[in-house]
Amino acid sequence: MKLSLVRDLLDAVVLSGENHLEEEIYFAFGCDLMSDVLCFAREDAILLTGLVNKQVLNTVDMANMNSIIFVRNKMPSQEMIEMAKERNLLIMATRHILFESCGILYQHGMKGASQI
Amino acid sequence: MRYKLILDVKRGDFDAAGEASRKIKDILQQLGVSSKVIRKVSIAGYEGEMNLAIHSLGGKIILEVGEEELSLTIKDIGPGIDNLDLAMTAGWSTADDKVRQMGFGAGMGLFNMNKHADNFLITSKIGAGTKIVMKFSLE
Repeated sequence: MKLSLVRDLLDAVVLSGENHLEEEIYFAFGCDLMSDVLCFAREDAILLTGLVNKQVLNTVDMANMNSIIFVRNKMPSQEMIEMAKERNLLIMATRHILFESCGILYQHGMKGASQI
Repeated sequence: MRYKLILDVKRGDFDAAGEASRKIKDILQQLGVSSKVIRKVSIAGYEGEMNLAIHSLGGKIILEVGEEELSLTIKDIGPGIDNLDLAMTAGWSTADDKVRQMGFGAGMGLFNMNKHADNFLITSKIGAGTKIVMKFSLE
């Protein structure tokens, strides 16, 4: 599924990395524990999280991932948005909670990104 | 030795935590190291950097890139780990609530470093500090 469809399905606002919107993504990982993301997530996955701080961007960057969806109306700071732009990371924000966001994407064919 | 870099990590500086790992990733990309190896080194290095910021009194990350392998050394000046077997157990942590609110402190750091490094060695002494040496094949 294209990241632009992810945006539309979740009624999300894109805050950085618009250049990634036409890329295809097939896997997602929903989690607030960054060590679990580092341990278990595939690199070709999108991260859905309710945690909003710089370490989320560092985690995604170090894991070679490039897309984050902040759930539950959590909005990153301007500093985080600038950091995401510098690192060419796509970030979006949605009003849906984590469970609903994952459910909507799963219903449309997105698979879990676990490497367990 | 193709390249050596020493980076300081301060205790409790969660604003700067991650910068050393980002620098290491940049350098490895410039050196033409494969994306697969960079991911492993970045994850292990970042966990090590967060551990230094969270648990240590301050420390260093030393990157040494050779022709066939790369090593990442994480060493601190204390306080040291009392029970290494327990510390290596997934899910065991002494981190406080502030650290957990950042998405860390879930007891996966050392486990994660061991998982991603091709070779992992940890030594620690109370009062003296902890040293982790991780090696990665350049393939």
